[in-house]
Amino acid sequence: MYVYNDFDKDFLRARNAQFRAQVERRIDGSLTEEEFRPLRLMNGLYLQLHAYMLRVAIPYGTLNPDQMRQLAMIADKYDKGYGHFTTRQNIQYNWPLLSDVPDILDVLGEVGLHAIQTSGNTIRNVTADHFAGAAADEIEDPRPVAELLRQWSTDHPEFQFLPRKFKFAITGSPNDRAVTRAHDIGLRMVRNAAGEPGFEVIVGGGLGRTPMIGQIIRDFLPKADLLPYCEAIVATYNLLGRRDNKYKARIKITVFENGMDKFKELVDARFAVLRPKFTGIDQSILAGIEAQFAPPELRSVTLEAYTAHLAASPAFRSWCDTNLAAHKADGYAIVSVSIKKHGDTPGDATADQMRVLADLAERYGHGELRISHEQNVILPHVAKSDLPAVYAALKTADLATANIGLISDMIVCPGMDYCALATARSVPIAQEIATRFDELKVEHDIGPLKLKISGCINACGHHHVGHIGILGLDRAGVENYQVTLGGDHTETAEIGKRAGKGFSAEEIVPAIERLVLGYLGLRSAPDETFLEAYRRLGPDPFKALLYPEVEQINAA
Amino acid sequence: MSRVFKPKVVTANALIEGDAVWLTASGTWTRDMRRAELIKDEAQAAIRLQVGEAQHDQIVGVYLVEAKAGPEGPEPVHFREEFRTRGPSNYPHGKQVETTKVGA
Repeated sequence: MYVYNDFDKDFLRARNAQFRAQVERRIDGSLTEEEFRPLRLMNGLYLQLHAYMLRVAIPYGTLNPDQMRQLAMIADKYDKGYGHFTTRQNIQYNWPLLSDVPDILDVLGEVGLHAIQTSGNTIRNVTADHFAGAAADEIEDPRPVAELLRQWSTDHPEFQFLPRKFKFAITGSPNDRAVTRAHDIGLRMVRNAAGEPGFEVIVGGGLGRTPMIGQIIRDFLPKADLLPYCEAIVATYNLLGRRDNKYKARIKITVFENGMDKFKELVDARFAVLRPKFTGIDQSILAGIEAQFAPPELRSVTLEAYTAHLAASPAFRSWCDTNLAAHKADGYAIVSVSIKKHGDTPGDATADQMRVLADLAERYGHGELRISHEQNVILPHVAKSDLPAVYAALKTADLATANIGLISDMIVCPGMDYCALATARSVPIAQEIATRFDELKVEHDIGPLKLKISGCINACGHHHVGHIGILGLDRAGVENYQVTLGGDHTETAEIGKRAGKGFSAEEIVPAIERLVLGYLGLRSAPDETFLEAYRRLGPDPFKALLYPEVEQINAA
Repeated sequence: MSRVFKPKVVTANALIEGDAVWLTASGTWTRDMRRAELIKDEAQAAIRLQVGEAQHDQIVGVYLVEAKAGPEGPEPVHFREEFRTRGPSNYPHGKQVETTKVGA
């Protein structure tokens, strides 16, 4: 993992001291809210419905145990004993006092964390494949490049006042677990004909009010060109992007309105100017970063105890079936710890749970933790012989839910329980759906299904790319939930289509139950997933499940 | 055709805690909406909003929002404002469990 050098530490100390003085001036009345607001947003501090919210960046979703323990300490000391992991691999604290925030930032700084550029019209936290460095299908660990992008984008003087926020996602695998096609810039590592690794560069993706799947602007970019090319894209957008209408200010609209041909031409022209200025210092910095991401030294693992435990414990077996992913090394597994216990708030972990996860990472996981954009915690390098012990410890901490990739493993935004922008609540709907499908005991039979819930059109819950998406809206002063179908967040990304009229808060859970149980009768075989069945059959049979009353009218 | 003015309250969040607060008839802030001033006149609403905005060293994000008269004082009309009187629905946090300090 990257360790802050003296420059990083000094920068952070100076920045935190600056913000401390700004907070003091706000509290003593020298600064109005109008003056203070952009300053607090630059430091990740939002005002929500019931309190402030501090969004702390977890760069490319990677944490070490000490950082996780510090996040737990902050939850205990400055918040209400928990934190919320978000779909951009950040953590949010929902109850900090304004007067405590400078202290919180200082203790974050002690472990190399901060909240800079987690808000505002800047380049946000670079998100990455949560299996980076461990996945069996990976070409290269994308995190050194993500760290290079973090260093380049943090406090970049040219990009502090972009037309709108700007989000990067990066994956080193052909299987896209980082939703690269729904980001302002998505980077997907590929090999060229000569077998050299480089990046497929995707631009102009995004969800929100105008969802768009990103387009490929370069099908193969050599690694050494990455920073000047990204700088050329962001610089082009900075000049061309609209500042007259915030709803048309994201790069997806810039690319759409100008056309990819014109946009690419401008980027290429800018790149031609910038490329010679990058004389190699970025590559020598990258080499230094890469050395810090050296793969852990894995041992040779005997599997007898693991296989015996699989045979002896059905609960352990079920957890292994859903919560493990293939590791690149024999005898190892990637463990996804579900932060989606049925009925609990998706993505919320208590301080005690964070400490358990830190301890497990230290003892069994080569000191590595990841936060996934699906709001779970990953232990990327666990020897299979240690899995029984890991499982037992997770069970004691109420963290052993076996539901990764299933219907209850939902992405859910905070919704109107917290968020000032929300138009409806998301969390109670998620809690009810998870509880209901747990009661029915069918989610393992249903199999892989991505259900994603957003409490407003801004789509933090990624509902557009859920196989089933739920969007909470305010319809004439009542919460109303629209369903989209057929979305896909992977390398075959697609925006889901609206199924029909929305449902009330009381109707939405029964509607989802009809839809999903009905799919069991539509699938051609038990291994045909919901998305596959939807693609084979088209929307009509699924709409009929959601709106049986319309079917009856049509039949009459 | 003249528009009928719907009664309103002035609301904001407390500067330090961010907790929802409402403006009282005496120009102070209360954390209990029932103690707020229910404003029934449009011109008066504009004046009271200015009174609220002037206190930027105590509060943040001042706005006027529709409310209705209830047995114990003003009550919210929209569900968003109802949530602000209570707190989140997923945990017993916020006003629903905290002792209401009037005038704080």
